[in-house]
Amino acid sequence: MRTILVLIRKEFIQIRRNRIMIPAMIVAPLVQMFVLVFAANMNMRDIDFHIHDQDGSTESKQLIAKYLSSPFYSYGGQVFTEQEGEELLRRDQTDMIMTIPPAFGEQLINREPVAVQFLINGINSAAAVLTASYSQSILLDFNQELIANYLRITGQSAPGRIDVSYLHWYNPELDFKIFMVPGILVILVMLVGWLLMSLNVVREKELGTIEQLNVTPIRKHQFIIGKLIPFWILGMIELGIGLTLGRLVFHVPILGSFGLLIGFTALYLLTVLGFGLLIAALSETQQQVMFVNFFFVLVFILMSGVFTPIESMPDWAHWVNLINPLAYYMRVIRMILLKGSGFMDVWQDFASMALFGIIMITLAVRSYKKRS
Amino acid sequence: MKRVGFKRFMSLVVKEFNHIFRDRRTMLILFGIPIMQILIFGYVVNSDFKNIGISVLDRSNDTHSQRIVSKLMASGYFHFRGNLQSDHEIEETFRSGKVKAVLVFESDFGAQFNSGESPKIQIVTDASDPNLANTIVSYIRGIINAYQLEARNATGMGLLVAPEPRMVFNENLSSAFMFVPGTMALILMLICALLTSISVTREKELGTLEVILVSPLHPVQIILGKVLPYIFLAFINGLVILLLGRIVFGLPILGSPILLLAELLLYISLALSLGILISTIAKSQQSAMFVSLFALMLPTVLLSGFIFPIENMPVILQWASAILPPRYFIIILKDIMLKGNGLAVVWPETLILAGMTVLLLFIAIKKFTIRLAI
Repeated sequence: MRTILVLIRKEFIQIRRNRIMIPAMIVAPLVQMFVLVFAANMNMRDIDFHIHDQDGSTESKQLIAKYLSSPFYSYGGQVFTEQEGEELLRRDQTDMIMTIPPAFGEQLINREPVAVQFLINGINSAAAVLTASYSQSILLDFNQELIANYLRITGQSAPGRIDVSYLHWYNPELDFKIFMVPGILVILVMLVGWLLMSLNVVREKELGTIEQLNVTPIRKHQFIIGKLIPFWILGMIELGIGLTLGRLVFHVPILGSFGLLIGFTALYLLTVLGFGLLIAALSETQQQVMFVNFFFVLVFILMSGVFTPIESMPDWAHWVNLINPLAYYMRVIRMILLKGSGFMDVWQDFASMALFGIIMITLAVRSYKKRS
Repeated sequence: MKRVGFKRFMSLVVKEFNHIFRDRRTMLILFGIPIMQILIFGYVVNSDFKNIGISVLDRSNDTHSQRIVSKLMASGYFHFRGNLQSDHEIEETFRSGKVKAVLVFESDFGAQFNSGESPKIQIVTDASDPNLANTIVSYIRGIINAYQLEARNATGMGLLVAPEPRMVFNENLSSAFMFVPGTMALILMLICALLTSISVTREKELGTLEVILVSPLHPVQIILGKVLPYIFLAFINGLVILLLGRIVFGLPILGSPILLLAELLLYISLALSLGILISTIAKSQQSAMFVSLFALMLPTVLLSGFIFPIENMPVILQWASAILPPRYFIIILKDIMLKGNGLAVVWPETLILAGMTVLLLFIAIKKFTIRLAI
């Protein structure tokens, strides 16, 4: 026990002395959190659109007025030829060109069907889908009014208009920051646990100080525990700083049990530390560790569901995510913080994480050899 | 004399190539990561919308409500997670995390619909993922709208004004059109800057740089010798990414290929100058890595418009994004490849990149020379 304590003390002294680690530990996460949360905003912005009105009738102006009054659109002006519209799209000066055909008004009065064309810049496919869907639903409204007017005149009856309303729970204003903060926390805690840990161990290898420890009577498990605990504590502190900031600056709620979150984080940290130790044990130089880490970290982050929902990923991605600690934690931290999920909601993830942690630590201990 | 100098220079270049090819891990980073990343972005992290769990609370349970639900399920976007019986079950299902939205039909839904009234549907979403919640609402609305139109057409009261959307530049709405240019900008920046800075700082740490510095080679030659192999490798890398984009994801190259390759070369030179600059400042491999990763990778991913639209960012971050080379390179790539624009459109971005390259190279060489003088 005393040996372990001495080792932990040594580790903290080393961390304090290291000029890169302290800023990497404290400043980088703070900056990242702010930059990331503000930058990672996927909210739909206004749709810039231009109108190519070949008709110029009262009816076409009524239709245009409906788009102008929508809060989602920002009107850029008229274009007078097709080429002009395409040129604007090519220069990225508009998102959509709406073309109203000649004789639009006349055909409407005669009750002949007409088509309104929307030319949408499709490069950003997600935004293009939303643009198309907004534009169509405004056009449907316009149709409904036309039909309602017509029915009033003729006295016929037709199916009603379904009134679709929506209610966003847990985040009524759809504030993207509240969603991003927990996601960024997952990544930050992982970086501390995994990256710093593996760099630290392999650095001792490079400097040869690990050899000095190897010739002392320190036992294998003591060495590993002595390495694990300091970084485990650092990871927890990181979580604390991040949560406090998230709460104060971004008003991220903590609806669920705080103890449950701490418990899950403890297991998660154990797993990522295990990964860090394992990679360090299998590498010889800092460069190697960095490259291998870079490879895994990138894949794990992208697949964890931090930006896009896991449900929409292909089946094989679900299998890969079984060995992705970030995917578990990403899901659970958001459930606990934002929805107030309890132990009964997350017990499966809890059990998986615990098992995973034990496996990783065992692997790490086994791969570390006292003799090189 | 000149020829001797050239020979010396070439032997430096050969040495550098040997260094790179000898290290298998470097080769893995060089070619493994770009391919893997393109594939992950293409197949995993795309913005495709499917398999979203939804439940239904149907207070009416008539033919119309049932047909709407089966239409939703047939769309492929949603995965049916069962019927709910009462309001308070909504909270439970959301907490368990399997259901992202609940569709609530009011009682008498079908009867009201048939008699021309306005029956209500409420979409309750789990907005802990706000983006997803927003998308769910707009997809469900689209499907309900389509249903109404069908019902109308059946009674002879069809649509008068039909929408005719057409996607330009990306007719099939493939998300590859966003991520391939972005990934290319990111990968080239990382590889060039990270690998050059690490290779120079490693020589510093090992002391071999001193050996080269006391040789009769001019500092500019030393830098060139370091950089040439990476220009070559990065260029091949760029080609591999372009090829993958073309073969796997069908990304076109509408504009001039020669202009595209010239821009590629320009961007690579810029990234390498940055790498040299980092290596003149950083004292150890560790700090070179940290600078490259934290100062280059994250901003490139987040601020260059690669994933998140720049227009959405606060003004300060938009300013920060203005000094990032990848931002301009991504614009150039999209313009040339997807829109078929020529130099007439992309000259401002090209000029900015060229200016940045000259500036960075100037500072880097200056710093390098000063070091030699000490």
